[in-house]
Amino acid sequence: MRKKIYRPKEVRNPFLLLSLCFLCLFVAINSYAEFRFPMPEFSTGYEHPAVHTPMPANSMVAWDAVVLIVTLALASFLVLKRRKRREIFWLTIFSVIYFGFVRNGCVCSVGSVQNIMAGISNSSYGIPITVLIFFAAPLIFALLFGRVFCSAVCPLGAIQEAVAVKPVKVPPAVDKVLSVFPFIYLGLAALSVTMDAGFIICQYDPFVGFFRMGASFSMLIFGAVMLIVGVFVARPYCRYLCPYGVLLNWCSKLSWKHAVITPSECIQCNLCAGSCPYNAINEPSADEEPESRTRGARRLGFLMLLLPVLTAAGFGVGGFLKEPLSRMHPTVRLAERVAGEELGRYETTNIESEAFRGSDQPIEELYAEAVEIKDDFQKGSRWFGAFIGLVIGSKLISVSILRKRDGYEPDKGTCYSCGRCFKYCPVKATED
Amino acid sequence: MKPDEKNHRRDFIRGAIAVLIGGATLTAARSRSPRLVWQIDPEKCTRCGRCATHCVLAPSAVKCFHSYSICGYCDLCGGYLRPDAKGRDTGAENQLCPTAAIKRTYIEDPYYQYKIDEDLCIGCGICVEGCDVFGNGSMYLQVKHDLCVNCNECAIARACPSDAFRRIPASEAYLLKSDQEKRIS
Repeated sequence: MRKKIYRPKEVRNPFLLLSLCFLCLFVAINSYAEFRFPMPEFSTGYEHPAVHTPMPANSMVAWDAVVLIVTLALASFLVLKRRKRREIFWLTIFSVIYFGFVRNGCVCSVGSVQNIMAGISNSSYGIPITVLIFFAAPLIFALLFGRVFCSAVCPLGAIQEAVAVKPVKVPPAVDKVLSVFPFIYLGLAALSVTMDAGFIICQYDPFVGFFRMGASFSMLIFGAVMLIVGVFVARPYCRYLCPYGVLLNWCSKLSWKHAVITPSECIQCNLCAGSCPYNAINEPSADEEPESRTRGARRLGFLMLLLPVLTAAGFGVGGFLKEPLSRMHPTVRLAERVAGEELGRYETTNIESEAFRGSDQPIEELYAEAVEIKDDFQKGSRWFGAFIGLVIGSKLISVSILRKRDGYEPDKGTCYSCGRCFKYCPVKATED
Repeated sequence: MKPDEKNHRRDFIRGAIAVLIGGATLTAARSRSPRLVWQIDPEKCTRCGRCATHCVLAPSAVKCFHSYSICGYCDLCGGYLRPDAKGRDTGAENQLCPTAAIKRTYIEDPYYQYKIDEDLCIGCGICVEGCDVFGNGSMYLQVKHDLCVNCNECAIARACPSDAFRRIPASEAYLLKSDQEKRIS
């Protein structure tokens, strides 16, 4: 078949024909020989060129960590000392340009969570020092100064900050419910990484396609939808998806010095309340309690009891997620495809199954591998379910606790330190 | 609770969290493996064509590499000429490469050198298939590391049907088909 295709129609060079015949003979005799055609010896002294193998570009990577820390420090300074929205915004633009368009949005802190999880679960997985810094530095800064990383350094946050021109207020209840999704995303990412099924945060990064000026059609659509929604609902990715935001939220809650709305004493003028598009400004607590103390305490007690119940329920329900979640793993997908083809469920083969059939791995081995992975997913998805149950339970507890506040304060967990509220405050800073 | 007491507690939790972050980072970093880059194992590659379409870069960072040392310098080159080529010359209608990225030059009778123009190559692997089926397999796909942005998760690796992508140390960034080539580079 092959020979038929490649047989020349007219042989102009008899020497070549002869040499080809010779070659065939040679190949036939030396069937163990690696190459069909021997390397020629040139009479003209021709020497073959070397293969051009350029080394990986390395220089920028170390710089990135330096730029990251400098930008974080600058963002902290602008948020806590300068308190000018415009200056924070310019730093945001710089981050979009540098971390986004110049560095192509990779590696980013949001994705670095997966490297860390991979490094923890797999002892042989090597992580470059830059990635470690990208993971740890924003969290340390959040512990010190709040989410300054979100405010002006993260390119994903920055591109959304730039399009948020007509933000509307999302009802706080809706906001609270949607804020469970980052936890689900984080849980799924952890599951995917520990099961060796890929880095889903990178896979579904909505804006990296814009930074690189090229992505699959569906990802471009996803990114475009995020940006269009982001015009009205400020930072939809940060608020309702970003898995790294979960960690930043926790760290920022404990922050040492967080941005404040009022430079000195809050006069409760209510001017700042409407300025925050993120529902991140907590109003001062009302003078009278909304309900009797015993009633609130009883409910809190009930929710505390509900927490382990929800966790256990999540553990149980998670078992049912084994089948859909295990399809995150390429081997499981391939095994199911091949099994489907064997049963005649598909009329044609696809590239994956063809490549598999071209290899010398027996089908039974593939099936056994897939079954083993599914068993791992059984355990993994149970823990994932338990985690989600725990998160929902904790959220219920946190909304039912009444905190006493004397003035308008940013919610340390969800405040992005964007600086919008600064200029709304009529109180001038008192000279120390 | 006194405010002072509350502050102490906060300080303690903050310290604990900082230790936790440090601990997680150090645990993750316990493997001191060298910097890794993505590369294609030519033995596993099935020339499916996804390298040309799935890279985050356009055109792809995957290019055809030609190991001259194992090339037969054939006049009738399976990687250069279409199977139904009318003649063995540089005519566009005879060329297998969709972007005419392979340059054929005459050396001496009956040998021709085939050089890949990396600016034109899109990494589709059509010539690789041709060279492998009727030739020494001296043409094969590799990730070119002056172009590759070394994504956290390579988009082609994810799409690769034959599991040919793997991470290798950056100091030895290529999986060349012949040891001889390794020495030259």
